[in-house]
Amino acid sequence: MAGIITHKSARIIAGGLRRFFGGAKWHGVEWYLAALGAVIILAVLIVILFAPSLAPYDPLEFVGKPFMKPGSEGFLMGTDNLGRDVLSRVIHGSKVVMLIAFTATVFSAVVGIPLGLISGYFGGKLDMVLNLFMNAIYSFPGLILAIAMAAVLGPGVLNISIAIAVIYVPTYFRVVRGHVLSVKEELYVEAAKTLGASDFTIIARYVFPNVIASIAVIFSLNIADAILTEAGLSFLGLGIAPPSPDWGLDLSKGKVFLPRGYWWLVTYPGIMISLVALGFTLLGEGLSEILNPRLKE
Amino acid sequence: MRSILSYLIARILLTIPMLLILLTVVFVVLRVMPGDPAESILGAHAPKDQIELVRKNLGLDKPKFINLHGNPFDSQYFSYLYHLIRFDLGNSMIWSKRPVATEIKEHFPATLELTLVSITITILIGVFGGALAAHKQKTVLDYGLRIYGILIYSIPVFWLGLMLQLIFGVFMGWFPVSGRIGSGLELRTVTGLYVFDALVTGNWTGLYSSVKHLALPSITLGLSLSGIFVRLTRANMLHTLKQDFVTAARVRGLPERIVVYRHALKNAFIPILTMMGMEFALLLAGAVLTETTFSWPGMGRYLIERILYRDFNAVQGGVVFFALLVSAVSLVVDIIYAAIDPRIRY
Repeated sequence: MAGIITHKSARIIAGGLRRFFGGAKWHGVEWYLAALGAVIILAVLIVILFAPSLAPYDPLEFVGKPFMKPGSEGFLMGTDNLGRDVLSRVIHGSKVVMLIAFTATVFSAVVGIPLGLISGYFGGKLDMVLNLFMNAIYSFPGLILAIAMAAVLGPGVLNISIAIAVIYVPTYFRVVRGHVLSVKEELYVEAAKTLGASDFTIIARYVFPNVIASIAVIFSLNIADAILTEAGLSFLGLGIAPPSPDWGLDLSKGKVFLPRGYWWLVTYPGIMISLVALGFTLLGEGLSEILNPRLKE
Repeated sequence: MRSILSYLIARILLTIPMLLILLTVVFVVLRVMPGDPAESILGAHAPKDQIELVRKNLGLDKPKFINLHGNPFDSQYFSYLYHLIRFDLGNSMIWSKRPVATEIKEHFPATLELTLVSITITILIGVFGGALAAHKQKTVLDYGLRIYGILIYSIPVFWLGLMLQLIFGVFMGWFPVSGRIGSGLELRTVTGLYVFDALVTGNWTGLYSSVKHLALPSITLGLSLSGIFVRLTRANMLHTLKQDFVTAARVRGLPERIVVYRHALKNAFIPILTMMGMEFALLLAGAVLTETTFSWPGMGRYLIERILYRDFNAVQGGVVFFALLVSAVSLVVDIIYAAIDPRIRY
């Protein structure tokens, strides 16, 4: 009995490994990129879920002397100007950053995708107006729009998420609309219409599945962008209010002490922002290559 | 020629509704969203009559879009548009109460200088890096440049600035970390672009100081945006290098360098130009963050500063200014694009 079980599990592992490394042969180096991105994201998710147990201290408490260097007495990343543990703040900061980035991206998708579907499918005046509207917003610097909204709405997770979400709605709109426009002309859509399919059915069964691949790519890249925008807003003082741990916020607070050489206040939060943004970018770019492979170079 | 003219006219006419939409969005964001600007300015606990005074001052007591009693155009929205057409952006609400338009005129050259130098750096690194990657495809250099592209995009521009400040400003002491020019230095301004002005007035200490101050911020912003260009140029070059005219040039015996860097690159440039138009928005956003990081006295820092001081008119004026700028640049890029590529005629 034991022999059969071992053999079977070995086969499963071998199959998994073959699929993993075989994926690279089929899809090229991009597969590894996507996988690397997925690994990074998974690691971040684990950090978020287990934050209270992973972080050695409470991120809000003044547990040490101010400005302790990294590596001193149990403070792996040192302490900030108020004596709070940087490592704990970095770990706990991931929660709010990911929450805002994810919420904002979901908002954008939920608003942008249906608008794109409707506008592209039904066309006409509605499409013209919506398209103009979305192009106008798309061409405007997103950060500045988010700054204006954040300034008016005030701090808070929901407000910041809304401010960031508005920036990305045009992206979903444009991509989805583009797909709809091309699919609309296909013969099978015309056939379906002749057979009496309702508009809703056509959109749901023919148009939408074509769009999903692109949406997945954009979703991932969007999260990366939203992370950077959230960090930017916090850095400018328009993000969530102190003393909650947040990477951008810690950067802006630590910036003041930079000229005195206290580098660990800003280095570690910044590395985290870059790392997580990189993870989602890699995933998105990798997915993009896999799902829409460029012609053989 | 008829088609280029009709395209021009169509494009210019298109700017008007787009600009109007942008201005309306700005209006909605700043005035229609929850949050009373007057309360933000004075604080929620200020005496009621003071709040009312400020509200009257801002015109907040008028109906938002259409006035249903009396003159329908006596509303905040139309009053806002009316003033904008006259380039009247109101007065600042703090300190000296100077016209916002004047303050913008003072701060804009700093941003202009920063963005011009930054975009130059971006194009130099991005375009030549991308061409190099395409030329030496599938080598370590290619993969390295592609990784660079993705990496530099994921690094927030303000953190990149802080790290450069740390390494080259604090630890090495080579560059200053804030301001546009050494304190106490006099500079006669002609255009507001300090480096140019110092050069033109023969002010060598001023030139040296302003270049040193400009170095880190512009390198930061320039590097930050270069990643996208590297990848875009690489993709376009790969496509262009497959074209027949490239093979023909090679067959004719032209050295590979000339084939790649002169002929192919020129043709790949067109999509890059459109990208530059879209990059402009990213450039402005990056400028806001870079100016804040380096205390660079430009429009970006002005905007953020005024937001934190709750100077409503200045904030509105600043955002409107950005909207006008973006519309103008977008128009110019489209026109250049149409002039270069005869295939694009709407």
